Amino acid sequence: MEHVLISPANATILGIPAWILAVLIPVVGIGAFAYIIARRLIPLAKAESDPRFDRIPLRIKNVLKFWLAQYKQPRYMLAGVLHIVIFIGFLILSVRSISLVIVGFNEGFVMPGLSGALGDVYNFLKDYAATLVFLACIVAAVRRIFFKPERYKVPPEYGEDHTAEAVFVLGLIGALMVFESLFEASHVAAQLQEGMQAEFLPPLTLAWFFSKILGGASTAVLQPIHTSSYFLHDLIFFFFLCYLPFGKHFHVITSIFNVLFMKLDRGTIKPVRHGVSEEELDNLESFGVKYFEEFTWKNMLDFYTCVDCGRCSDNCPANAVGRPLSPRFLTLKSRDYMFERFPVLGDIQPKEPVVGKVFSEDEIWACTTCGACEEECPVLNEYINKIVDLRRGLIEEGNVPQSLQKPLGALEKRGNPYGMMEKKKLDWSKDLPEGTEVKVLDKNNSSDTLYFMDSATAFDERLQEIAKATTTLFNNLGTDFGVLGKAEKDSGHEVKRFGEEMLFQTLKEQNTEAINNSGVSNIITTDPHAYNALNKDYSGIPQAEHISQYLLRQIRNNQLKFNPVTDSELVFTYHDPCYLGRHNLLYDVPREVMDSIPGLNRVEMDRCRDSSFCCGGGGLMLFYESEEDMRMGQKRAQMAAEAGANVIVVACPYCLVNLEDGVKTSGMEGQIQVMDLTELVLQYMYVSS
Amino acid sequence: MDILVCVKRVPDTSENEIEINSEGTDIEREDLVYSVNEWDNYAVEEAIQIRDRVGGSVTVVTVGDEDSEEVLRREMAMGADQGILISDDAIEGCDGKGSAKTLKAEIEKGKYDLIMTGAQADEGYAQVGGMIAAMLDMPYASLVNYLEILDDNKLKVGREIEGGNTEMNEISIPCVLSIQTGINEPRYVGIRGIRKVANVEIPTHGLSDLGLSGDDVGEKAAKVKRVDYFVPETGEGAEMLEGDTEEKAEKLAEILKSKGGIK
Repeated sequence: MEHVLISPANATILGIPAWILAVLIPVVGIGAFAYIIARRLIPLAKAESDPRFDRIPLRIKNVLKFWLAQYKQPRYMLAGVLHIVIFIGFLILSVRSISLVIVGFNEGFVMPGLSGALGDVYNFLKDYAATLVFLACIVAAVRRIFFKPERYKVPPEYGEDHTAEAVFVLGLIGALMVFESLFEASHVAAQLQEGMQAEFLPPLTLAWFFSKILGGASTAVLQPIHTSSYFLHDLIFFFFLCYLPFGKHFHVITSIFNVLFMKLDRGTIKPVRHGVSEEELDNLESFGVKYFEEFTWKNMLDFYTCVDCGRCSDNCPANAVGRPLSPRFLTLKSRDYMFERFPVLGDIQPKEPVVGKVFSEDEIWACTTCGACEEECPVLNEYINKIVDLRRGLIEEGNVPQSLQKPLGALEKRGNPYGMMEKKKLDWSKDLPEGTEVKVLDKNNSSDTLYFMDSATAFDERLQEIAKATTTLFNNLGTDFGVLGKAEKDSGHEVKRFGEEMLFQTLKEQNTEAINNSGVSNIITTDPHAYNALNKDYSGIPQAEHISQYLLRQIRNNQLKFNPVTDSELVFTYHDPCYLGRHNLLYDVPREVMDSIPGLNRVEMDRCRDSSFCCGGGGLMLFYESEEDMRMGQKRAQMAAEAGANVIVVACPYCLVNLEDGVKTSGMEGQIQVMDLTELVLQYMYVSS
Repeated sequence: MDILVCVKRVPDTSENEIEINSEGTDIEREDLVYSVNEWDNYAVEEAIQIRDRVGGSVTVVTVGDEDSEEVLRREMAMGADQGILISDDAIEGCDGKGSAKTLKAEIEKGKYDLIMTGAQADEGYAQVGGMIAAMLDMPYASLVNYLEILDDNKLKVGREIEGGNTEMNEISIPCVLSIQTGINEPRYVGIRGIRKVANVEIPTHGLSDLGLSGDDVGEKAAKVKRVDYFVPETGEGAEMLEGDTEEKAEKLAEILKSKGGIK
């Protein structure tokens, strides 16, 4: 094909052959980029280890799902779709951009494989891709400048607004699309004017519009447009590449790795140090994160990868009730600190304690470990492990809020946070109906099934109702079960998650011994926190089941039958406990149990299943007094009311106390009732006389 | 500044239900859990904070049986530099003065700029601090809830007085202070901290090491003797509320309202 316009490879600028520039720009750009990345990798090299190279097939599957297919994005529909358009556009255009760079010094270069029909298809696609990306950038910019979605706001304590950075990058992307299209359009316009053969420009694309606009322009006008749009594209392309590692757009590079190395096991907590066994913990110099280098390299990759999309904080219950915690800024503060201490230019700054400098103690304690932030994060950043590691550091320094010291002391001495005497563990069983026996298991007295109660259910007056309902259900259903009584200590689920690892280890050892002594073959618990602890934090004991799983099995076996709900005024809703739902994916089991009761009218709250809103937290969190505007339980009770429910069914003792408290303190007592799943099932259970 | 803090192992009142034994001679000690007397914890924390500011050392001392070593380790895990256990069967049955005399003998063996005690013990009479000061002929301030070092010879101490008010005094050192809760926020001591000091040697001093004998401080020397333990009879004007927590709370609110306590 004859060309009317001189290609960039043959052009001269101010008398200098342009190909020199076309070589120089990528060489300098790639060199600078390599240097920047090398500097950015320094903190990761200094960080704690974390072996994340296992289960590669699963990891690749995750990359395809969360990175390539952008699985989390549509949870926020508009932003998600815009992002998908830009993301897919980038993928398509990356080929075009690279070949454009080469065309600058190697005229007529075509990507291998794209010379034939495939190339035509590609060219057709990439013109639409560029156009859609351009439009998406405009919509995104309008949205950020004029509509200002709430979740992008920067509270004054966290510094300046981030809109400028976002819009600047949208501008860069938009400009790349414009110059790429102008480059092509000016060429096509020139060819057509001279009546020569030109590439087909798909209708309504940016390039098509530009070719129409430039249709009447002379070669004298088109030539400079052609050459300058090429070099502007080239310059912006490499500027953008080098600019990425300086802000939230670093994710363009890091997100694929972040997803590849994501946490694979829900509900688990990282060991104190990877590669250090529980027996060796005593030899460790230091626990947790006190200095930045004590974060793992994956923690740091998380910080780099944060997209600043605000979805974590938008879903964080602590943030929602005004606690001093915003997962978004926990990450951004860390990222900015990394940039400052490990700058691209200049010296690495000396290390210093991070609590007080980057994080406040209050924000570290405010987290309920509900996991809403992690569930929402489109790049799969983690929070709970970091929070727990920071807590481990605080615990070791003795920096523990006074409100937590008493329950921790009681856990150490009495094995429960209430400081109740062990012999009172079964006091609740005195009020059981005649004929209901609660067997205490030990070496000489065994059962198939252990009912693991955990402290709250054993000692809290209201929660003892769960224990009573459960034992009555076991009894009615003819299940041979027993309890550990005095020998059962707190599961330590929150002890671990509050960072007191050694105390957790002690409780775990005592419970493991007691469970194995009892000779049971399975464990059932009514407490999702205990369920999570026994299955995820313990080893060498039988698999634990949540009571809802047991109940559903009884229903399916036709052992458990129900009387219908006769009161048509009752509207039930199910509140997903964090440690049953998000951390263990048991969303449907409790719902199926409820739906097995004939005539039960069940509605869903807006925030349900994996976006459930934490009740306020369990275990030690019941004792912690955070600064907050309202209680999470109050907010949740409000959500239930908005869904039109008047009975909230929970499947967790802490949800029960927190939501009952939320209902009462919001003045909705009498309007909304809160009950545990076991209480509901017992109430409607059909018992043949 | 070299500081000595006297601490005591007591039954933890928040984690026990205290009952009197059938003979009425003591509380039921089976199933009890023990901890550091709460006030002493504040004293040790204050001592550690002073040492960290101005240098010196913190020594914790207790009079008790070998089980008391546990509270010394806990305070050393907090940050105290050394512990001394004074233990002798002949001390059994001593009164407050006996304890004070024993502690005085130990204090005189060392050289301390500041002696601290908790304002009182959970099961005690708040007497030992004052007695030690008198025996050592040192100035004394009780119920101290604020402490500031003015210079090498003087401290400024705040004392809690009636109505929640604070009185400020200057006191010259060496001196004895009894520390009130709330002067600081004692740090947390985890199992890991205690394990770290598990093998640090703690010297045990018997009475003979202190130049004393059982006749000086033991049961024979005791001028205060415990005669009886009893639960007071329910008297006139006291009303025990019955029912579950909610009913009790409701009744209490009613009573308070009817007497004008709340509006």
